[in-house]
Amino acid sequence: MGAKATRDSFGEELRELGKSNPSIVVLDADLSVSTKSVTFAKAFPERFFQMGIAEANMIGTAAGMAFSGFVPFCCSFGCFLTGKYETIRVSVGYSQANVKLVGTHAGLGIGEDGYTQMGLEDMNLMRGLPGMMVFNPADDKTTRAAVRFAAEHRGPVYLRLTRQKLPDLHASADVFKPGRGIVLKSGGKLALIGTGATVAEALQAADGLSSYKPWVIDMHTIKPIDKELLQTLATQCTHVVTVEDHNVIGGLGSAVAEALCELGYPGKLLRLGVQDTYGESGLPHELFEKYGFSVAQITRRVDQWMNH
Amino acid sequence: MLEKAQSGHPGGSLSAIDLITTLFFHEMQMDPQNASWEDRDRFVLSKGHGVPALYAVLSELGVIPENELSTLRRINSRLQGHPDRVVLPFVEASTGSLGQGLSIAQGIALALKLQKKKSRVFCLMGDGETQEGQIWETAMSAPKYHLNNLVAILDNNNGQIDGHVTEVMDLEPIADKWRSFNWAVHEINGHSFKEVIGALEKARTEPQKPTLILARTVKGKGVSFMENQIGWHGVAPTAEELKKALAELSGGNS
Repeated sequence: MGAKATRDSFGEELRELGKSNPSIVVLDADLSVSTKSVTFAKAFPERFFQMGIAEANMIGTAAGMAFSGFVPFCCSFGCFLTGKYETIRVSVGYSQANVKLVGTHAGLGIGEDGYTQMGLEDMNLMRGLPGMMVFNPADDKTTRAAVRFAAEHRGPVYLRLTRQKLPDLHASADVFKPGRGIVLKSGGKLALIGTGATVAEALQAADGLSSYKPWVIDMHTIKPIDKELLQTLATQCTHVVTVEDHNVIGGLGSAVAEALCELGYPGKLLRLGVQDTYGESGLPHELFEKYGFSVAQITRRVDQWMNH
Repeated sequence: MLEKAQSGHPGGSLSAIDLITTLFFHEMQMDPQNASWEDRDRFVLSKGHGVPALYAVLSELGVIPENELSTLRRINSRLQGHPDRVVLPFVEASTGSLGQGLSIAQGIALALKLQKKKSRVFCLMGDGETQEGQIWETAMSAPKYHLNNLVAILDNNNGQIDGHVTEVMDLEPIADKWRSFNWAVHEINGHSFKEVIGALEKARTEPQKPTLILARTVKGKGVSFMENQIGWHGVAPTAEELKKALAELSGGNS
C-alpha cells in the first residue's frame, strides 16, 4: 500500500490539468514549495503568480482574475488563507467568484511547527459561507478527483490538504463523488466517520472494534454534507462517531450533528477531534494520541463509550 | 435617491461624482448596451459607499432606468446599499468592505494582460479606505507585474466617519508613499474636469507603472451645507434639505 501527502497529489494533478486547461492560473503567498503549487509553477511559469506574504491581496487578485474568465487556484496554509476571512467573505463568497482556495497543512498532523501553522478552524470558517464547497480528501486518488472537480465546478471551493503522508485507501478515483461520502465498510449499530487524515485512523480502529461491526465512512465533503448517507446511518445505527483533525466545533462533527438531528436520529453521537482548544508542537502521532484520535485512542474511547 | 431611501452616504458620493462622470463619459471604452463586451474598460468602485454616484452615472447611460433609482437600499432592489456585481451590470466588483477593491482591480488588470487585451481598469478608492493594510499589499504587487493598465484614483476628501482623515489616521505624504511603492503619481484637483482628463491622459501613455491619481476633493462638493462637514458622511438629507441641495447643484451657488 502506497502513501502520499495530499498536498503532493494536489501539485501533481494541478500540473496535469494545466496541460489541458489554459484557464487555470495559480497564486501562492511565498509557500509554493510547501503547498506544492511549485509543481505547477515549474511547468507553467507564465500562469503562476507569486504574491509574496500577503494573502488578502492574493485572494482579491484571484477574484479579479476569476471575473475575467480564469480559474484561479489560491494556495497557502489553511490557517493563513482562511484567516483572511473578511476578504474571502466579500471578494470571493458574496461575489460568487470562481476561486479555488487550497489550504494545506491541515490540523495537528503538521507536527513540530506548532499551533500557529495548524489549520484547526479552517473548515468551520469556510463552511459558514453560502455557496462555498468544502473538501477534505483522505488519500491520493480522491484528492486528485477533488482537484479535477474543483477545476470544472463553477463556484468557490475550499480544498483542505495535509502536510503528512496518508495511506492509499481507495482503489479508484471513481469512488469520489462531490457531496457523497464513501462507505469503506458497511456495518451494524456503530458508525465511524472520518475526514481527511482521520479516515485511515478510523479504518484501522475499526479492526479493534470489530465486535461492534462498525461502518467506516470517508466523509471527504464537509459541505454539502451527505444527508442521504447520514439518513441511512440514522436509521440503522445507535452510535455514531465522528473523527477529525480539526476543532470539533464547526467541522465534520458539527456538520454531522446538525444533519443527524434534522433527520430525527434518536441515537448517540461522539465527536472525536480537537476539543475546542489550541494545538501545540510535537510529532504527529504523539499529538493524535494526546488529543484523543490516534488509532489506539479511537479504539479505547469508542469501546468505553459503547459499554457506558 | 438618498432622500427617498432615507439612508446612504451623500458626502463621499458628491466628492467622487466628477471623477466617475469623467471616467464613464470621457475616458472609458464601453458600450452601455453590452455589459459583457470583453474589450470594455472596467471600473471598480473600491469605496463602495460612494455607490449612489455610480448608480446616477449608470442611469444617465441608460443602464439603470431612472425610475429604478428610487429603489436604492429598498428590499428586493438591485441597487444595494453597497455595489453587488452579481445583480447589476457594469458593477465589476462587490465592494463595501473597504480595502478589497484595488486587489480585485489588480486581478482584472493581470487577467487582461494575460489575455493580451488592451482594455484598462480604473479603481476609485476612498482616502480613509487606504488605512487598510490590504491596499498597501496591492500597492506593492501591482508594480511588480507592470500593470500600466491599472489606474487607481484616490478620492482624497479628507473625511471619514470619525473625523478628518488627517486626524483619525493621517496618510500624508500620500503622493510620496505611492511614488515610493513605484507607482506613477499625478496630483490634481478632483473637481476640475480639465485636470482629471489631463491626469487620465498621462496614465494612458504610462509605459510600465500602474498610475495613482491623487484627486484632492471636497466631501459634499456642491452643496454648501454639506461641504467638508463630516456629519454628512452617512446621513441622508430631508425633503427640505434635498430641495436646497438640488437648487445649488443645478447652478445656484456652486
